[in-house]
Amino acid sequence: MGSRASTLLRDEELEEIKKETGSASGFLLHELGEDNYQNSLSHPSTREVSHSQITRLYSRFTSLDKGENGTLSREDFQRIPELAINPLGDRIINAFFPEGEDQVNFRGFMRTLAHFRPIEDNEKSKDVNGPEPLNSRSNKLHFAFRLYDLDKDDKISRDELLQVLRMMVGVNISDEQLGSIADRTIQEADQDGDSAISFTEFVKVLEKVDVEQKMSIRFLH
Amino acid sequence: MDGTELAGQILYTWLTLVFGLILLPSAFGVSLGISEIYMKILVKTLEVSPWSDAALPPRSALAGAGRGTRGIIQRDESPMEKGLSGLRGRDFELSDVFYFSKKGLEAIVEDEVTQRFSSEELVSWNLLTRTNVNFQYVSPRLTAVWVLGVIVRYCVLLPLRLTLAFIGISLFVIGTTLVGQLPRNRLKNLLSELVHLTCCRICVRALSGTIHYHNRQYRPQKGGICVANHTSPIDVLILTTDGCYTMVGQVHGGLMGIIQRAMVKACPHVWFERSEMKDRHLVIKRLKEHIAHKKELPILIFPEGTCINNTSVMMFKKGSFEIGGTIHPVAIKYNPQFGDAFWNSSKYNIVSYLLRVMTSWAIVCDVWYMPPMTREEGEDAVQFANRVKSAIAVQGGLTELPWDGGLKRAKVKDAFKEEQQKNYSKMIVGNGSLKSELD
Repeated sequence: MGSRASTLLRDEELEEIKKETGSASGFLLHELGEDNYQNSLSHPSTREVSHSQITRLYSRFTSLDKGENGTLSREDFQRIPELAINPLGDRIINAFFPEGEDQVNFRGFMRTLAHFRPIEDNEKSKDVNGPEPLNSRSNKLHFAFRLYDLDKDDKISRDELLQVLRMMVGVNISDEQLGSIADRTIQEADQDGDSAISFTEFVKVLEKVDVEQKMSIRFLH
Repeated sequence: MDGTELAGQILYTWLTLVFGLILLPSAFGVSLGISEIYMKILVKTLEVSPWSDAALPPRSALAGAGRGTRGIIQRDESPMEKGLSGLRGRDFELSDVFYFSKKGLEAIVEDEVTQRFSSEELVSWNLLTRTNVNFQYVSPRLTAVWVLGVIVRYCVLLPLRLTLAFIGISLFVIGTTLVGQLPRNRLKNLLSELVHLTCCRICVRALSGTIHYHNRQYRPQKGGICVANHTSPIDVLILTTDGCYTMVGQVHGGLMGIIQRAMVKACPHVWFERSEMKDRHLVIKRLKEHIAHKKELPILIFPEGTCINNTSVMMFKKGSFEIGGTIHPVAIKYNPQFGDAFWNSSKYNIVSYLLRVMTSWAIVCDVWYMPPMTREEGEDAVQFANRVKSAIAVQGGLTELPWDGGLKRAKVKDAFKEEQQKNYSKMIVGNGSLKSELD
């Protein structure tokens, strides 16, 4: 029906997205056909990203895409006021863009969002041989780690920690105070004595934190 | 020869029908009931909607109350203090970043502001292609009905509406110019009102508008200021069909300019040059002078400053509330099932917008007049503006938002980010002084 047809999700893309974002029964839509798929949606085990969720997220993606070229740029994200006033807004936006690129397509968008899906109990036992789902505890922690790790060298140095802290507190805390906060944090976390926090050390510090609850977004229907 | 004669005959019959059935009754404010029958048929077909189930994937019960709150996600509205609570004390933790990233991601998936600048999503499809955003699957039976709908809308309704609009606007321009020749006296005011009301009624018919006015005893009085939520230029039409107002606005060029110049001959509207609009004090001064007479028609102002999609009311700019006088709030709520009245000015220009409106099923809306409000002792303009905004939001069943409608085009002020940073800083340092010894 007119130009909308070209922007509607093609079924193949829907499939790939479902597979990537952790839905083992994504192929059901294709295999069973529309009606049977609807029935299977009501089954409790199919609590992954559903057809309607993907469609709604795609609709959201296109509404953010002012240039209408199928990709989002950093400006498109910054147009969201609630994100623009987030102290870590820029770091979060950066998480969507792969190294050196300025545009993110819908698949990339979904991959980043997938980190925030809740971890369901039944998913832990599913598909042991497959790749680790994007929303596992480890991957969620990795997402947070990357927010700190500005130069992507798999270590959070004192400088990087200071920079991120500065983003979060603005001008309200002096350099010395901030410096001592950073020093204290690194001292508590650092185990191998390199004055930087590696991913393993990061995980160790946060082992008691309920990552699942703090880094999950509950989808309706 | 026969062809042109036939065409001439058809045109003649057509115009006579239009004149007799629509124009004359409009002049007398009488309705023949044709549009009511049309609306009844529409309501039966669209609201009962046997095809809504076939077209949509099954959805669970909606979590929110009322329209416009169909969220994608369940947002965590906990304030910063609750969201950041750590295991011990309240110093900086590496996990603090979780709170901000979750909030950020939630805003990316669904935020309160940007969704107000695009048309509202419908619960069930109303057979217009433009609203088929999420409903991908359209069965053959549904397509057949849709084709029928297209034929009716584009081949029957659109020409009728265009004719009416053309007649309405021309009559208006001619009428006001004629009335403008008269000296300022009671007869002129009476005639001017008659011309305004007749032409507005014709134009409303041109949109197949069905308007329900509630609480007409609170209609804005002379010497007051009428304040309403803004969804589209049609708001003006809807309000003027029930009474005359003094318009306030910028001078435009083109067709709008012609209409504006014609209007001001018959009745004193307040038009500003673009340069004058920037000077807030000048604007307020002129409006103050206007209402000082207390015999002038009420001023019509839309304090949001821009079109919002009718699911919420955004920040009311305080300028209108500094003029003084009595404020008469009015809430306008459109029913999106029959046609989307929202003008997305960044996506459509006025002409394509009007065409879209004229090819919808109808424009159905409710207008609530509300009791007048005045500024209380010790209340400043901003608080007064918020009070009026809340009242309108409650009456119209709209969400109330503190965000500025100007965010449609402008970037958000840094002050908000700084406020967040300040709150966070208080949390991580407030618990104690500078730590001179490390644990």
